[in-house]
Amino acid sequence: MDDHHYIDEDEVLFRPIYQTSKSFYVLAAALIAVFLFGAAMYVRQFIFGLGETGMNEPVTWGFYIISFVFFIGISHAGTLISAILRLSKAEWRRPITRMAEVITGIVLMIGGLHPIIDLGRPDRILHIFERGRLQSPLLWDMTSITAYFTASTIYLYLPLIPDIALLRDRGGKFHKLYEILSWGYQGTERQKHVLEKAINILMVMVIPIAISVHTVISWIFSMTLQPGWHSTIFGPYFVVGAIFSGIAALIIVMIVFRKVFHFEDYLKKIHFNYLGTLLLVMSLLWFYFTFAEYLTTFYGHEPSEMRVFLYKFVGGYAPFFWLMVFCNFIVPVVFLSNKKLKTIPGILIASIAVVIGMWLERLIIVVPSLANPRLPFITGIYVPSLTEISLLAAATAAFILGFMGFSKLFPLISIWEIKEGREESVRMVSERLNEYLPSKGHIRKEIV
Amino acid sequence: MPRYGMVIDLDKCNQCGACVTACKLENNVQIVSKENAEMGRAMFWMKMLDTSYEGNYPDVRAVNIPALCMQCDEPSCIKVCPVRATFKRDDGIVAQIYPQCIGCRYCMANCPYTAKVFNWFKDEQPVENEKCHNIDVSVRPKGVVEKCTFCIHRLQIAKEKAKAEKRELQEDDYVPACVEVCASKAIYFGDLDDPHSKVSKAMHDYRKFTLQEELGTKPKVYYLSAKSE
Ligand code: SF4
Ligand code: SF4
Repeated sequence: MDDHHYIDEDEVLFRPIYQTSKSFYVLAAALIAVFLFGAAMYVRQFIFGLGETGMNEPVTWGFYIISFVFFIGISHAGTLISAILRLSKAEWRRPITRMAEVITGIVLMIGGLHPIIDLGRPDRILHIFERGRLQSPLLWDMTSITAYFTASTIYLYLPLIPDIALLRDRGGKFHKLYEILSWGYQGTERQKHVLEKAINILMVMVIPIAISVHTVISWIFSMTLQPGWHSTIFGPYFVVGAIFSGIAALIIVMIVFRKVFHFEDYLKKIHFNYLGTLLLVMSLLWFYFTFAEYLTTFYGHEPSEMRVFLYKFVGGYAPFFWLMVFCNFIVPVVFLSNKKLKTIPGILIASIAVVIGMWLERLIIVVPSLANPRLPFITGIYVPSLTEISLLAAATAAFILGFMGFSKLFPLISIWEIKEGREESVRMVSERLNEYLPSKGHIRKEIV
Repeated sequence: MPRYGMVIDLDKCNQCGACVTACKLENNVQIVSKENAEMGRAMFWMKMLDTSYEGNYPDVRAVNIPALCMQCDEPSCIKVCPVRATFKRDDGIVAQIYPQCIGCRYCMANCPYTAKVFNWFKDEQPVENEKCHNIDVSVRPKGVVEKCTFCIHRLQIAKEKAKAEKRELQEDDYVPACVEVCASKAIYFGDLDDPHSKVSKAMHDYRKFTLQEELGTKPKVYYLSAKSE
């Protein structure tokens, strides 16, 4: 009886699962078409070889590696942000965590696939298991991504269980699936306790794993001798960039779903305000790292490093470089530090700029270094081919499709956490507050 | 165990490029189409690098140096390979196992001499080339990385021959194709550790230098030049 009342209260959150509009199908069909086109292009590449791409002699890595770094970077939105917010008991996290975790899951799958797309011999991928050399950063990478994927899927799944149980109790569509996935969760005290404990353990575990993932990805580059890559700050630089782009992607996803599924009552201005501030902080941090990285290069003035530096600042990649600075620094700072512009559309613009800018940053890191190798007599240019562009489009389509699919199966906002928040937040927060506020009585006694 | 190395005397080299051609034919290095070559996918195990120009316009002359895999003693390429498809043999030659390579091209990204090349397409040679196909060298499949091996197949053959004739391997039994073909005898090849070999004598010349010495990759290909770089 009581339960029924609450379900009605959060009916908006259930609605996407049970009601599908026509435009949903149209969009899905269009995205599937894009995805299939990309898949066909990949099959072509598989048959004819990597020559189908625009990569060439010194520039041996291109769009695929850029997308790999970019998508894995986005994945930090999720788990890391949701884990940090949970850990710090930020109450406003409740409607956000689920979407963040879903981003991680989907994007990790897409990003993790990219190195395989990039291989000249994907048919030999199992050699990595048979004869893998642990000394190679690529192996570290594979290990940490697999660990991250495992941890973050479980971390997505565990907080989903109570919601699946709610869906199961409603009956109807996919009843069998929900019954299996809910693991007989009934919401008893003991079950709640165990679940909470599991979530707590995971969220602590997930943070170091997430940081290690992007550090290791940066090591793929910084372990080499290439000018522009061989840098000690690449680890933290990549992590900062990853969280930066992750928050931006999260904001975009939230704004889109808020509009489409009418979540206005759950995702309020304040959520975007907080996330916007976080984005601004990350933008400043990103600028700090970028500045430090390039200033040391410039001051050292090593010839091979300088060729890459000049290539980025005034040479062939200058338009991309300055566009990146514009997107990653100027736009977010202008839009997010100004009260008048820090509206939801303003935050959306800043976030879109950041996502574009961070993609450009990956481009700026990968290509110019390869195009200007140490031996100064060989230089290269890189123009992506249709294959690479359509695979980037397919990856983006896969991301949106993944989200659309998820929204038809599970609630995009954690319903039980919202309920819990409604029932207990106020009490819990005031208890917590009382714990660290100095007591009045004590002071009075001293005075007397 | 010998330690094979090479010395290229740039003062003797007349930049004819015969070594480049000989290498290409000896090792069945793929000849790519014109469009691909323009995209920067031409495949060379040994190539002429345009290093500088001499003289004033209009009497300029390009200075090329023949460059190949430096067969580093501390190769940065093998460090990063995820599957041990490239490794250093006991005799110092950095070899490549084509059936093992997964084509990640990480080694290419980490070779400071840009010495490795990738098979972007399936090897499709012009028909005219069939006549000069070298049966001692396997044709690489698409999607793997390759590079100069100091004509390792020649070493194999020389060893077999010496064994059949029941004698030790002599210095002149094994030289790579580029050394053999060089008309001005500018390239020396042999065991660097043998103090009597021609190559180790040439190596102790005062004109000796290696490319990018500062990186600590310890190349086993040395250059001699009276003009400093
Ligand atoms: S020159 Fe390059 S490919 Fe050759 S051994 Fe050295 S690092 Fe490896
Ligand atoms: S391309 Fe081949 S040889 Fe080079 S690192 Fe990858 S697997 Fe190893």
